[in-house]
Amino acid sequence: MSTSVPSDVSSAVPPVAEPLPDAAGLRAMWWTIGVVVVILTALIGAAVGPAGPAWWRVPLALLDRLPLVGIDSGVTDAQWNIVWQIRAPRVVLAALVGAMLSLAGASYQGVFRNPLVDPYLLGVAAGAGLGATVAFVVNRDATATWPIDPVPLAAFVGGLAAVALTYLVGTAFGNSRSSTTLVLAGVAVTSLATAVQAFVLQRNNDVVRQVYSWILGRLTTASWADVRLVLPYVAVSTVVLLMHRRLIDVLRIGDDEARALGVNVDRVRVAVVLAATLGTSAAVAVSGLIGFVGIIVPHAVRLLLGASYRLVVPLSMFFGAAFLIAADIPGRVLTSPSETPIGVVTAFFGAPFFLLILRLREARR
Amino acid sequence: MNVRLTGVRVEYEGCPVVVGLDEQITVGEWLCVIGPNGAGKSSLLRAIAGLVPYTGSVQVCGREVAALSPREAARSVAFVPQDPVLPDDMSVADYVLLGRNPYVRTFSRESAHDRDVVARLIDDLSLGVYARRMLGTLSGGERQRVVIARALAQETPVLLLDEPTSALDLGHQQHSLELVDRLRRERNLVVVSAMHDLTLAGLYSDRLLLMHQGVGVARGAARDVLRSETLAEFYGVSARVVHEADGTVVVVPQRNTGDL
Repeated sequence: MSTSVPSDVSSAVPPVAEPLPDAAGLRAMWWTIGVVVVILTALIGAAVGPAGPAWWRVPLALLDRLPLVGIDSGVTDAQWNIVWQIRAPRVVLAALVGAMLSLAGASYQGVFRNPLVDPYLLGVAAGAGLGATVAFVVNRDATATWPIDPVPLAAFVGGLAAVALTYLVGTAFGNSRSSTTLVLAGVAVTSLATAVQAFVLQRNNDVVRQVYSWILGRLTTASWADVRLVLPYVAVSTVVLLMHRRLIDVLRIGDDEARALGVNVDRVRVAVVLAATLGTSAAVAVSGLIGFVGIIVPHAVRLLLGASYRLVVPLSMFFGAAFLIAADIPGRVLTSPSETPIGVVTAFFGAPFFLLILRLREARR
Repeated sequence: MNVRLTGVRVEYEGCPVVVGLDEQITVGEWLCVIGPNGAGKSSLLRAIAGLVPYTGSVQVCGREVAALSPREAARSVAFVPQDPVLPDDMSVADYVLLGRNPYVRTFSRESAHDRDVVARLIDDLSLGVYARRMLGTLSGGERQRVVIARALAQETPVLLLDEPTSALDLGHQQHSLELVDRLRRERNLVVVSAMHDLTLAGLYSDRLLLMHQGVGVARGAARDVLRSETLAEFYGVSARVVHEADGTVVVVPQRNTGDL
C-alpha cells in the first residue's frame, strides 16, 4: 500500500498518531447538565401546585431548612407541610420511577440490541398488573387488616414472577446463543398474564375502576413511605446497570464477537436483565404502569448524543427523572382538583416532544 | 511454533464438522484453509478462537485454548468473522477501541495506554480521516480495514480471518490481503484465514490446508495442493491450473462444453 512506512524509519521515530478523541470532558459536561436539569425540575415540581405557598417562596423555604442558613421565607407551617409531606415525596418518587424506567429501558435496548424494546418486554408489566388485580380483588373485603398496602407488594411479586417464568421458559427451550427465544417467551408470558387478569377482572367487575386507574399510573398518593419502599431496589439496580454500561456497548457488535473479545455475554445479559427487572418491578409497584418513558427517554438521549451506551445509560437516568417530574406537574394543575393520570400525560406530551427531536435530528443531517 | 492443533474434533448438534485435525503453524506464518462450503473451515477457526467446544488439543503459545478464561483467550487470538456486525451509529474510533476490551478490567474503562494503542493503529492503517466517521457511512473496503484494526487492537500473536475478502471487489481484496501480509511480517503474527478464492489463497499464504467434510485432505504449498484432479475430487469442479513463470498458481474455472 502506498501509505506503508519503511520499517527502519518507524522504529527510529515513533509514529506521531493523532490522539484519539477522548470523550471524558464531554461525558463530565453531560453528567453535570443531567444533574442540574434534575435539580431544577425538582425545584419546579416542589414549587407548583394548586394549594400551598407562592411558588417563589418554596426555594427560600428549602434554603431556610439548611443548617446555618436563616431566611424568612414567609411560608407557614401548614404550607410547608404541603410542600414537604405532599409535593416533595411525589417529586422524589417521580424522579426515582422515571430514572428507573428509562435506565431499565436503555439497558434492555442495549442487551437485546433492539431499540424498540421497553422495560416491560419480558412480562414485568403484565405480571405486576395481574398481581395488583389479584390484590385489589382480595383486599376488597378485608380492608385495613393488612400491615402494609398489599397492592405494591403483589405487583412487585407478580412482576418478578412473570420475568422469572419468561426466563425459565426462554432458556429451557431456547438456544442460549440467541436472545430471540427469550423475547418470544416474554410475549407469551405477557399474553398469559393479561388473559388471566382479564378473566379475574371479568368475574370481579367492581374492582375494574381501581385496576384501570392503577394501570394508567399514579403518583398522587405518593408518600415518604413509598419512597423508602422503592429506594433500596432502585439503588441496587441503578448501581448494577451503571457498572455495565461499557459492556453493553461491547454487546452491540453481536454476541459472538463480544465473546471473541472476552466478554461473558450470558452473564452480562443475565445481570443486566435481573437488575433492570428488579428496579422496574419496584417502580411499577408504587407507581402503576407508566408507559412510554422507558422508550422515549433513551431514544431522545440517543438522538441528541449518539448511540454509545456509556452516555445513553447514565443520561437516560437523569433525563428520565427530570421527564417524569415534569410530566407530573401538568397533571395536578390542568384539571385541578381532579388529577390526570400520569401515564396519559407522559404519552400526550412525550409523543410530540419525541417527534420534534426526530425532526431536529433529521434536519441536522 | 505458536499454534498447535492435535486431533481437533468439533461437533455441531451431534454432527462432526471437524474430524481429527492435526496442524502446526509457526510465528510469522500464514496458513490458508480452503475447501468447499460446509467443509468445516469456519468451525476450525472458531475452535482455535475458543468460541466453540472441541475435543483434542488446540494450543496457542503452549497454552490450551479451552483452559483460558474468555479474556485470556481474547488476548491470545483475534477473530474476524465473515460478517462482522458494525453498528451504523458507532464511530470508527469507538469501534476499534472495543478491541481493547480484553485488557480493560470488567467494570473499568480504557486506560491512556489503550487509547494510545488504538490511535497508533488508526494511524498505521491510514484510518485517521475516518476516526470520527460513523461505521454506517463506510464502504466495503473501509469496513474491512476497520474490522482488521479492531482485531489488531487486541494485540494478539494469532489473527484469524474468516473469508476476509468475500464482500470485496478485486482491488479491495488485494488491498486487504496486502495489508494483512504487511502486518503479519511487521508484527510476527500467526495468520490463519479461510478463503474461497483459490488463486488469492495460494498467492498470499505460505501454506494451504484443504479441508473436505471436516478432514484435512491435502496440505502444503499452492503448487502441490491446487491441482485440477484434487479440485475435481473435492470441489466437484472442472478447472484448469496454470503455473505462471513467477511461481504463481492460477486456478481457472472451465465451462462444461455441451456434454450434458
